[in-house]
Order: sequence, then C-alpha cells, then structure tokens
Amino acid sequence: MEILWTLAIPLTGGLLLALFGARAFAAELNAAMSLGTFLAAAALTVRVITDGPITALNEQFFVDSFNVFLVALTALVGLTTSLFSRPYMRIEQHHGKLSVNMLRLYHSMYQLFTFTMLLALLTNNLGIMWVAMEAATLTTVLLVSLYRTPASLEAAWKYFILCGVGIAQALFGTILVYFAAEKLLGAGGNALLWTHLDSVKAHLEPTVLSLAFVFLLVGYGTKVGLAPLHNWLPDAHAEGPTPVSAVLSGLLLNVALYAVMRSKVLVDGALGSHFAGDLMMGFGLLSVVMAAFFLSRQKDVKRMFAYSSIEHMGLMTFAFGMGGPVATFAGMLHMTVHSLTKSAIFFAVGHATQKAGTQLMDNIRGLIETSPTIGWGLAIGSLAILGMPPFGVFASEFMIITTAMHTYPWTTPFLLAALGVAFAAIFGRVQTMVFGETAGQRLPHPPALVPVFVHLGLVLMLGLYIPPYLADWYRQAAALIG
Amino acid sequence: MTNLFGQLINLFAALLLLIAFAMLSQRRVLSLINLFAFQGLVLSVSTAIVAWSSSQHHLYYSAALTLLLKVLVLPWILHRLIRRLNVKWDVETMFNIPTTMLVGIALVVFAFNLAAPISQMAGTITKGTLGIAMASVLLSFLMMITRSKAVPQVIGFLAMENGLFFAATSATYGMPMVVELGIALDVLVGMFILGIFFFQIRETFDSLDLKHMEKLKEE
Repeated sequence: MEILWTLAIPLTGGLLLALFGARAFAAELNAAMSLGTFLAAAALTVRVITDGPITALNEQFFVDSFNVFLVALTALVGLTTSLFSRPYMRIEQHHGKLSVNMLRLYHSMYQLFTFTMLLALLTNNLGIMWVAMEAATLTTVLLVSLYRTPASLEAAWKYFILCGVGIAQALFGTILVYFAAEKLLGAGGNALLWTHLDSVKAHLEPTVLSLAFVFLLVGYGTKVGLAPLHNWLPDAHAEGPTPVSAVLSGLLLNVALYAVMRSKVLVDGALGSHFAGDLMMGFGLLSVVMAAFFLSRQKDVKRMFAYSSIEHMGLMTFAFGMGGPVATFAGMLHMTVHSLTKSAIFFAVGHATQKAGTQLMDNIRGLIETSPTIGWGLAIGSLAILGMPPFGVFASEFMIITTAMHTYPWTTPFLLAALGVAFAAIFGRVQTMVFGETAGQRLPHPPALVPVFVHLGLVLMLGLYIPPYLADWYRQAAALIG
Repeated sequence: MTNLFGQLINLFAALLLLIAFAMLSQRRVLSLINLFAFQGLVLSVSTAIVAWSSSQHHLYYSAALTLLLKVLVLPWILHRLIRRLNVKWDVETMFNIPTTMLVGIALVVFAFNLAAPISQMAGTITKGTLGIAMASVLLSFLMMITRSKAVPQVIGFLAMENGLFFAATSATYGMPMVVELGIALDVLVGMFILGIFFFQIRETFDSLDLKHMEKLKEE
C-alpha cells in the first residue's frame, strides 16, 4: 500500500502541475507533492524495517533494505530540492530567464522525474527498471535545455543521445538476462522478476550472464557517469537549472548505480567468480583518477562539482566492486553522504551564481562578506565533500581506502593521488570564491538555505555517529548485495 | 514446414541487414525515413512469422505494435517534422561512404563472432539470426557516429531500437508484454521530445546541423 502511495503521489503531482504549473502557487504545490512523497516513503521505510522485505501487486514491486534506503534518500532529497527550487526559480524568473510556460514544464517534469526514479527503485521487474531509467532521461532532457541557450541545447542533445545509446546497451543486457532466465523460469513476465532470478541465480548460464553484465554495466554505467562514458555529465549538470543539477547529481546517478548492483548480484551468483567486481573496480578507479585531473582545469563552478560527482560515483563503484561487508557498507554510506553533500553544495552554488550573475569561478568573489550563509554553506559543503573529518564522507572514504589497502594494495596510490589532486583543485577554487573582495548584487528574493544546512547537519551527524538502526540497516543491505 | 519458416525468417533477417547497410550509405533524409519504415515492416512481418511458426500468440501483439509504431506512427511524425522544418530535400554531404561500409562489414563479422556462443544455446527457431540482430544494432550505432545532422542521427537511434527488438524476438521469442509496452511508450515519448527539440535547435542555431554544437569541450 505504501508502495502505491510512494509512486502515485509524484505521478499525480506531475499531471496536476502540467495543468496548474503556470499558477502562482505552483512552487508550493510542487513542494507539497514532494512532502507527500516523502511521508509515503517514510511510512514504507518504517514498514520494511519492522517487517523485513516485502513484495506487492503479484510481486511486481519488491522492497528490501537495499532499495528502501535509496527510496528514503530519493524522497528526502526530492523534498529538500523542491524547497530550494521555490525561491531559486522565483529569482530566475525575476532575472527574466524563465517564462511562465517554462516554469510549468519544470514543475511537471520535476515530479515525473521523481516518479521515474522511484519506479526504477521499487520495481521488481528488470525490464520495467530499464523502462523507468529511460523515462528518467526523457523527463530531464527538456529540463537541461530549459533556458534555451545554445550551450544548454547542446548539453541536452548530448545528454539525450549519449544516454539513449548507453541505455540501449543496457536493454540488450536485459534481453540476454531474460534469455538465460527463460530456460529456468519459463517464458512470460516472471522470468524478469528480480526475486525469481535471485532464487535461481546459481543455475543461470554463466557465459550469457557475463556478456549480459558487460552490456548492463556499459549501459547503466553511462548514466552513472563512469569514465570513459561520462561526457554528457558535466555539460548536463552545468547548463541545466541548479535544482536539476542537484537531483541529477544527488539522485539519478545513485539510481543508475543501483541498477548495476542489482545485476551484479545475479552475475556473481551465476559465475561464482569476481568477474563483475573486477570490471566495476576498473571502471571505478578510472573514473576517480580521470575526474580528479579534469577537476583542476575547470573554470565553471557547476562543471567543477559535476566532475567531483564523477569522482565520487567512481569511488562508490570501486567500493561495490571490491565487495565484502566493509566495502559494501562504506559504498552505501558514501552513496548517502555524497547525495546529501553534493545537493547541498549545488544549492549554495546556485544562489552564489545568481548573486554573481555568472558561473565562472573567476568572477565569483567574497561570498562570505555579502551573504555569509551562502558563503559558509559553500565552504562547509566543500570541506565535507573533500572528505575532511568529522563529516560522513571522511568515514566512508576512510573505510573504502583501508579496505583497498588490505585487499588490493596496488590501487591505494591511485586513489590517494586522485583524492589529493581533487582536494587541491576544489579547495583552492572555493577559497577564492568564499573569501576576498566582493562584487555581488543583492538577490531579489530571500535565498533558501535551510536545505543546505539540514543536509550538511545530517552529513556531520553521519560522520560522528551512525545511529545503530541505520548501521544495522546498511549491514543487512550489505549482506544482501555482498 | 518448420524448415520453410526457418528459411523465411532467415530471408527477412538478411533483408534487415541489407536495409541497415542501405541506411548507412543513404544521404537523403526523405529516403532514410522510407528505409526506416521499410525496416519496421520487415521486422513486423518476421515477428508475425515467428509467432505463427512457434505458436507464441503474444508475438502477434508485438508484431501489431511494431506495425503501428514503427511503420505508421514514427515515420508519419518524421515526415511531418521534416516538412515543417523544411529539410525534406536535404542531402547530407558525407565523405568516404566506401570506408564506412568496410567498417560496417568488420562490425558484422565481430557481431557474428560475439553472438555465436549464445545462438548455440538458444532453443528458438530463429537462433541463427541473433548475430544479424547484433550486427544491425552496431551498424545503427555506426550510422549515428558518422552523421552530423540531427534528423539522421535520430533515425539511427530508432534503427538501433529496431535491432534490439529483433534481438529480443530472435533469442527469446520476445520480451514480456508489459516490458514491450513500456519500451514502446518510451520510444514514442522520446520521439515527441525530439520533435520539440528539433524546433528549439533550429530556432537557436538556424540549422539542424550539429556542427554548430561543438562548443562544450574540455580544452
């Protein structure tokens, strides 16, 4: 029942806002719908924690401790981003960048995007998961090009074509999984249900599954932003409106990684080897290193943090690739803290660029002097994302690196060098933006900074103290996906 | 009788591959759309034959869906689009068609090699055609890479989806119906969004040539 509510609220929200999205109360309606989704997701989470994994509607939906934490995270960041987007979009409108119809499109697509992500997380059917992932691209492509500038159109086109082609590979992978499963489970809808596949995974044909995993990893990996398939990501993040960058970076990448992980469980079961893990480690390590070196060459602030997302997604992929209880635990913790921190940074960056009137870092100066909250938000957020203690990112990165030292010592120098380069690049840039002489204008509408500090507060808490039920929850999930 | 069906399916598979090559070398937008519609028709007929010969009734629905979507609706939208955008008589200047074709042949060989171990396992009547399905996916991919205009790139994208659909019917007698409907919905919605997108691109750049869209690069 909770599953239905979690999906029905954003879907209805999308349709309602398509009708009323041009009205003055659209931003509030958007936030209210996101709040409804969050409450439904919270109820679902409570139910799954107390009762264990559940399936619904003839097993079409399936929730266990792995996806329920992502559902909760998605709903939470969806809510805070909708709260942030209310004043942010008002200011954009005030600056004459948006027409009323664009706002209607934005609000409606925002809700539908939330819906597609939740559907991808909650469905038990690998085919429907693919459909939802593709739909997530479709709902955001017009948001990336919302401002209709030449650069945003180019970014959106690239996003559409690259992700479309990427995800087509994932469809081929799904077809191959179905091909292997059909022999054991019989033709028809049940052969793509993950729970059924999971129960027979040891008997699935290994050659087919290994080929399928290559396609699935390349396909969904394009959406995760793994190098060398990441080309769409910095453009799409930099050119779209900031709330969209926040949800793309904080949520969509996670959901794509979730799809990879669900496939990995099946492939591991069928192969009994570390083939899938090795592939993921390779892609992950390459992304971490590549992103770190591109980071230092960025001039646009949103592009810089987009590369930072590639780096962190690479780190998570690497952690899940290593496997084992500690690394998987750390990977999930990192998913959580990265989402929260990165979206908080994008909120602060959004207002900072509105004040400066540009996204070029050279022209953003002295934020602390004119608006201390934006400045401190950006400074603290950057320290958190760079893995400074006591924030949660430090805890998860520490666990990932120590595990790497034990099991794959040769990877440690690459990881440490990449993190060091990223630290130097981001820290240097953020310092000049936050401190120094100021040259900004006042915002015509008070900025939304509560979400920034709520997120950073949560990240700080996760660094100092992980509540026992949450740790338990991660451990259960780690045992599931190993 | 089974033999005859097998032959027929192989014939249609070969036709599909031939069309993929024709699309690779076709420079005129209008002919490209017609080729795409023809590919959809071949796909639909071959799906219907598979359905008849293996008495898999749900494949009739897939065949009908393909006929409706890929032979009627999508080509109709594309025709309307190119008329409204005034690119109906566009001829793309592509150089090195022979080289592209040679690369295409190499891709086909690669696809057959990749598919060989899997086709041996397939119990379907159509197992020999999996290699062709993969080859047409790769050829559409090549077509997307070599084109610099928006409409042909999109046709390449749709042709790739055709190849995937053919892979699904040839390896497994088609995906479950709910998934197929979902995919069809995605393709249709995607087409509408692309339609809107074409107009936005044209409005901003005064052309549908993607050469103008190479500003966002790492220097």
